[in-house]
Amino acid sequence: MKRSIWQIPRARLAAFSVFARNFLVWRKLLGPAIVLNFGEPVIYLLGLGIGLGALVGDIGGLPYLVFLASGIVASSAMISVSFEGMYSVYTRMVPQKTFDAIMATPLDIDDIILGETIWAAFKGLLSAVAILIVATLLGAVPGGWMALWALPVVFLLGLAFAGPAIIMTAIADNYDFFNYYFVLVVTPMFMLSGVFFPIETLPEWMQTAVLVLPLTHAIEVIRPLIVGEPVEHLLAHLAVLAGFAVAAYYLAVALVRRRLWA
Amino acid sequence: MSVPESPSVHRQSTSQPVVRARGLVKCFGKLRAVDAVDFDIPAGRCFGFLGPNGAGKTTTLKMLMGLADFDAGELSVLGHQLPAEARAIRGRVGLVPQGDNLDPDFTVRENLFMYARFFGLSRSQVADRVDALLEFANLTHKADARVDQLSGGMQRRLTIARALVNDPEVVILDEPTSGLDPQVRHVIWGRLAELRARGVTLVLTTHYMEEAERLCDELVVMDHGRILDQGTPGELIRRHVEPDVIELRGTVSDGVFATLTSMALRVERHGTAVYVYTSAPAPILDFLGQPDGLTVIHRRAGLEDVFLHLTGRELRE
Repeated sequence: MKRSIWQIPRARLAAFSVFARNFLVWRKLLGPAIVLNFGEPVIYLLGLGIGLGALVGDIGGLPYLVFLASGIVASSAMISVSFEGMYSVYTRMVPQKTFDAIMATPLDIDDIILGETIWAAFKGLLSAVAILIVATLLGAVPGGWMALWALPVVFLLGLAFAGPAIIMTAIADNYDFFNYYFVLVVTPMFMLSGVFFPIETLPEWMQTAVLVLPLTHAIEVIRPLIVGEPVEHLLAHLAVLAGFAVAAYYLAVALVRRRLWA
Repeated sequence: MSVPESPSVHRQSTSQPVVRARGLVKCFGKLRAVDAVDFDIPAGRCFGFLGPNGAGKTTTLKMLMGLADFDAGELSVLGHQLPAEARAIRGRVGLVPQGDNLDPDFTVRENLFMYARFFGLSRSQVADRVDALLEFANLTHKADARVDQLSGGMQRRLTIARALVNDPEVVILDEPTSGLDPQVRHVIWGRLAELRARGVTLVLTTHYMEEAERLCDELVVMDHGRILDQGTPGELIRRHVEPDVIELRGTVSDGVFATLTSMALRVERHGTAVYVYTSAPAPILDFLGQPDGLTVIHRRAGLEDVFLHLTGRELRE
């Protein structure tokens, strides 16, 4: 009679109705979303890429703007997914009680969290697409059409980051709790995973340490695709991202069950 | 205006109860929130759970939907066993929760379409039904308004309409009219009566005695997780209280109180009021006459008297 929160999730296609709900709400608020998606990367790329780039010159044989753009495609997807998985999911789960409403239909928490995970990854994909467009216009995508292969990797990166964000949501008492995750997880990855400078410039022990960070692996794949170079260790990097995605989804489902099951 | 009935759903009342609970137990830590209760809810009736706050009513409703686990006992809804077949049950049941949880980003109509989608029903499948539900809820003129532009009563009506979007055979309502003004409450009672007349089984919790007396064919009175009694409102009144109540508000002297005690079947003092329960009110009213500083109210006994008799008069806080 007692359900275990650890039982294996059995999500179904019904999860897409949760995705559809979020998509329809997003479409209503398109204006601010586009300003955020396009405005931010333009400022980053112009400010850092062109301004700082003039001082830095080339990095690893790449103009700094090109190096930076390929990193920001990945990091901005990470940040976008993390915001969605924390602030937005928390809003739907706690104050708005949208999850309670959905749980009174045939959908289970398994479906809701899968829908939310795919939705958050989709939001990350949108921000990556916006940056790719801006970077292309600035001439910072030498890989040309091959750069489009970065997008499925960005989506996988999004799945890998959605789970941890929803885990935080499942244990959060309020929005302020998310500051811990941003300061202790998101910001260090943003700084150390190779967005702004190559990880080879880090001390050796740190180079090893950053290999546990999913963003490092995502950038190792995304950057060569955008730049137009061969990708090394492709399967290993994708496997790390997929591993994060699966493990974090499972834990997110378990912890949301713990919170919402009575 | 009525809600369209889908031909696929059979509505005839059968001898098979819609809900069957045996020895149902639910614990929160050491607290036995629901303590070995048995009940059958017959098809096509309105069945009420009556009880003070914390009696275990909401928990019981959540168990019916598969939204809460139980620690012991057996529970089946529409022939499906819980908790294994919760999904199938939720597809055939509608829930009106205690607090509205409508989607604030959607319009009234969009709320209904979106909710239908969670049941696997497409826009085209439910288009007619949504129009009919909007009319049922008197919300046609607000169909394109955002939820946050609705009054509390309108939101409640929309929540009820939303619970009907899957054409449920059973509708579960947790305090459907709490916090609403009398006009809205009467409209909602009318709509619920309409649903029941169409053969939908209604299961509700309430602590409004008037609501229970008007709507419910059968009630259980719960307290501390246990069922204290069960029956029609009339049966419960006959079983537990004398047919007449004389309520005295004001100061009743000990002498008068003693005389009343000798004349009536039961006399209770609560706060500044004295309640006299009797089957022969005339001599008592004669005795009281028209006393100064005392308001005398003579009325028939109701569910409220049953409720207070069974659950006591202490505050639940």
